[in-house]
Amino acid sequence: MPVNEKAKLVAKEELILGIFKFSVVAPEIVEQAKTGQFIEIRVNDDIEPFLRRPISIHNMDRKSGKLEFIFQVKGKGTEILAKRNVGDLIDVVGPLGNGNFDYSKYEKIGIIGGGIGVFPLYELAKNAKNDGKDVSIYLGFRNKDLVVLEDEFKNVSTNFILTTDDGSYSKKGFAIDFLKEDIENGKVDSIYACGPLPMLKAVQKLAIEKNIPCQLSLEEKMACGLGVCLGCAVKTSDSTKEAPQYKHVCKNGPVFDAKDVEI
Amino acid sequence: MNTKVNLAGIEMKNPVTVASGTFGYGREYSEFFDLSKLGGIITKGTSLKPRSGNKPARVCETASGMLNSIGLQNPGVEYFAENDLPFLRKYDTAIIVNACGSSIDEYVELCRILNTLDIDGVELNLSCPNVKAGCMAFGNTYEGVKQVTSEVRKVLDKPLIVKLTPNVTDIASIAKAVEDAGADGVSLINTLLGMKIDINKRRPMLANNTGGLSGPAIKPVAVRMVYQVAQAVNIPILGMGGIVNGDDAIEFMLAGANAISIGAGNFIDPYTSVNTVKGIEDYMKKFNIDDINSIVGTAEMN
Repeated sequence: MPVNEKAKLVAKEELILGIFKFSVVAPEIVEQAKTGQFIEIRVNDDIEPFLRRPISIHNMDRKSGKLEFIFQVKGKGTEILAKRNVGDLIDVVGPLGNGNFDYSKYEKIGIIGGGIGVFPLYELAKNAKNDGKDVSIYLGFRNKDLVVLEDEFKNVSTNFILTTDDGSYSKKGFAIDFLKEDIENGKVDSIYACGPLPMLKAVQKLAIEKNIPCQLSLEEKMACGLGVCLGCAVKTSDSTKEAPQYKHVCKNGPVFDAKDVEI
Repeated sequence: MNTKVNLAGIEMKNPVTVASGTFGYGREYSEFFDLSKLGGIITKGTSLKPRSGNKPARVCETASGMLNSIGLQNPGVEYFAENDLPFLRKYDTAIIVNACGSSIDEYVELCRILNTLDIDGVELNLSCPNVKAGCMAFGNTYEGVKQVTSEVRKVLDKPLIVKLTPNVTDIASIAKAVEDAGADGVSLINTLLGMKIDINKRRPMLANNTGGLSGPAIKPVAVRMVYQVAQAVNIPILGMGGIVNGDDAIEFMLAGANAISIGAGNFIDPYTSVNTVKGIEDYMKKFNIDDINSIVGTAEMN
């Protein structure tokens, strides 16, 4: 059940230019939150900017009630958020979403993320590793300057691949090509993905082709975050041209089975 | 101190309701507070048959507000009656169903069903700007509004409120059509038709290109229209458009609203509606107002 918490900002760090990691104390949210869920943040007490910002949970510590989230400064809202100071109380609603990452039935976990989509995958990788699973992580970034969290992800993996589109750092190419190779070599038995839409589409296609279970974490423009406004619609695969069917990222997701959605 | 109001024959413990489409059928917000604290709940726009809604993107933020083009996605009246109404009825609050349709026949058939349900009233949606047929197509002329309202009136014994679109030249004449057709009240305003263009992609942000603008950005327009309608008709007014706190609610009541709705304000803070109830009480204390009804329409014009 989501709650509204005034969460104290206890640490903030600019990881790379324009990308901030915030650590807040939100014990009621952390107590309930499942892997893959998200929060909605009101960046100030004003009516401008108007809506809350949906942001994924990056990492949680159940004992201390600490929650970490990472965001990129993209517009007015995130700009204001980035300027909040340690000690401030941040207005957070969460945990939100009902579709979670679930790897319990599988052993060889393949996690693929691209760009700022890698953030929600950390909690997943950490938990899977702690549960003794084989965790293969494939992260793709456009170039060297955009690489984040390399060491963090490496530490929660058994097999780690980092790619840049232009080859300016680590392996050149797309992360999905390495994932594909490992699927073919039997190193991965399930896929968990978050990232830009073209990557998600390619992952979905690959998973269906190889008949491998796959979960995708999606995003869509959102208002309430609770399943009320029905704004963040995503078409489901049982749609027909005459009768489209929709689910909602905030209520039914943000994590969906790759077979269930048309992205 | 009396906060009770009677809106078009519907008794409410306070003048605060939640606007259609911003509160679903109550379940989500019931996890945050006791829905019995509200004067009333206007349900999500409900149609005779289920509707799947518009293509995404359906929402986007604008200055002090937002655009939406949901397209009346709802599970249909049958599902509502079986699944949502019993849930809502557990709370001591007025339940008003927002009814939408694509043709007069559909409105009539829907209201015939609603008349048999355990609800307190109907808000007839003649103002949704996001669907191709019905709604605003009827709602923007005197004749259209009068015709649909009169036909519905014949089958509906329950309190009938008609929700008006602001996308008209003369809101007062449209409100008059509602009164002339025998409805019990009017509610206004629905969203203002708007558009936002993504300058990087050079195309509208919403898949439907246009959508309905809501939030504090539209409040001055809404207050003006409530005032104009209050001068034109004698039936009660449910006022809405950008209300996010008690002060905003009082403003609408001074302009002539007998009760108010919180709309997009629910999205920014799940407690906006209950905080508004408290805000109204605070205002009453501050100005020694014994009865909230006594302030309705009392703003003196310059």
